[in-house]
Amino acid sequence: MAVWNLTAPLRQADVEKLQSGDIVFLSGTIYTARDAAHKRLDALLDAGEPLPFEPKGAVIYYSGPTPPPPGCPIGSAGPTTSYRMDAYAPRLYRLGVRGTIGKGRRHADVLAAIRETGGVYFGATGGAGALLSRCIRKAEVLAFEDLGPEAIRKLWVEAFPLLVINDGGGGELYACPDISAALAAQGTL
Amino acid sequence: MKILSASAITDAVAELCIHANRFLPKDVRERMESCAAGETSACAREVFRQLKENWILAAETGLPLCQDTGLAVFFIDVGQDVHIKGDMREAVNEGVRRGYGAGFLRKSVCEPFTRKNTGDNTPAIIHTTLVPGDTVRIRYMAKGGGSENMSRVTMLAPAQGWDGIREFVIRRVAESGSNPCPPVIVGLGVGGSFDYAPILAKQALFRPLDDINPDPDLAEKEEELLCALNRLHIGPMGLGGVTTCLAVKIAKAPCHIASLPLAVNIQCHSARHEEVVL
Repeated sequence: MAVWNLTAPLRQADVEKLQSGDIVFLSGTIYTARDAAHKRLDALLDAGEPLPFEPKGAVIYYSGPTPPPPGCPIGSAGPTTSYRMDAYAPRLYRLGVRGTIGKGRRHADVLAAIRETGGVYFGATGGAGALLSRCIRKAEVLAFEDLGPEAIRKLWVEAFPLLVINDGGGGELYACPDISAALAAQGTL
Repeated sequence: MKILSASAITDAVAELCIHANRFLPKDVRERMESCAAGETSACAREVFRQLKENWILAAETGLPLCQDTGLAVFFIDVGQDVHIKGDMREAVNEGVRRGYGAGFLRKSVCEPFTRKNTGDNTPAIIHTTLVPGDTVRIRYMAKGGGSENMSRVTMLAPAQGWDGIREFVIRRVAESGSNPCPPVIVGLGVGGSFDYAPILAKQALFRPLDDINPDPDLAEKEEELLCALNRLHIGPMGLGGVTTCLAVKIAKAPCHIASLPLAVNIQCHSARHEEVVL
């Protein structure tokens, strides 16, 4: 388990050394997008139009922050569950997106796209939105402002704490639930 | 007959929304601290460390504990001897509107087909019960979408009994894995009807984590299921560990002789709920 300090947008050389279980402190610029924004990104691509950000090397953060209170660049901003973006993620990885940040297991199609493109899927701690917001120095709405919390925001982050869940080599960090042990459990503690 | 103004309800609701999203209940903090002490893996300990730092920071700064400040769910017990002057439902929704605005909370409610955000986190989900007495008890929960998405209702056959319930819950939590922000709290509604079981399950989630079910049989079932769920070793945020579930809470009601309704309401570790009595 290694610890890396990386800067987004990510270069191929940054990502190919990553292994599931590694800790990454990410700095640089990343983009928030969740359900409704992904649907619109997909529609833009269908129409042959450009995305509101350069996908090459980009890191997408599945997050819908709370409004910024006075004096803060952003409100609470932790990860949302990733599987809801699985229908869109393979297309984005194939366009050059190098990393996504969320929580929860990804669909096999996403894992295939991560392996194929040498990408990465990071996990951030869910329910730690106040803490994580402290690593966000600046935020601005980049697209789809009408979506409110689901708008695409450009974030300037500093040492944002991440865990590599899925690496380009097929590594997986999430524990496989031991259903048979749970079903066989007898009595109470 | 006691008279209660709608504006008093609005003020109380706004305050509940803001406060509950900033301060994690003491019983939840204590349970997480005791579970953290039992973890040996570095990942599990680090998750608990971040969560503790997060609840301290939220309390100090007023930032919401989580960016998902929830669908606003209310259980309101209205005393029969109270006369509410004004529209109670509108008073609650106005409180949500104000609380989510003034508290810089996220507006997470949208029209289901167009997905257009309503812009003020209304309408709230409001369950009202008429009870004896001259007070109004308002219980509020900020229910996050990630854990709600992992919840299920099923109609078991009576022959499946407790074994069937137990297996369904274990498989549900296992399948949910890291999605609902474990360690989770599992609220079960057993019996009633297709519509009533989930209400029982949600009400069960309001119980303090350290209480003991007054029904000894249910208390034993809660312990048995908690023990079994923690054998799944999903762990905090799904990274492995001995803490998959913080507590199991069961509520039951009589049901049709043909049915065994079961609702599994999953709650994330950021279990934000508070109540006020007016």
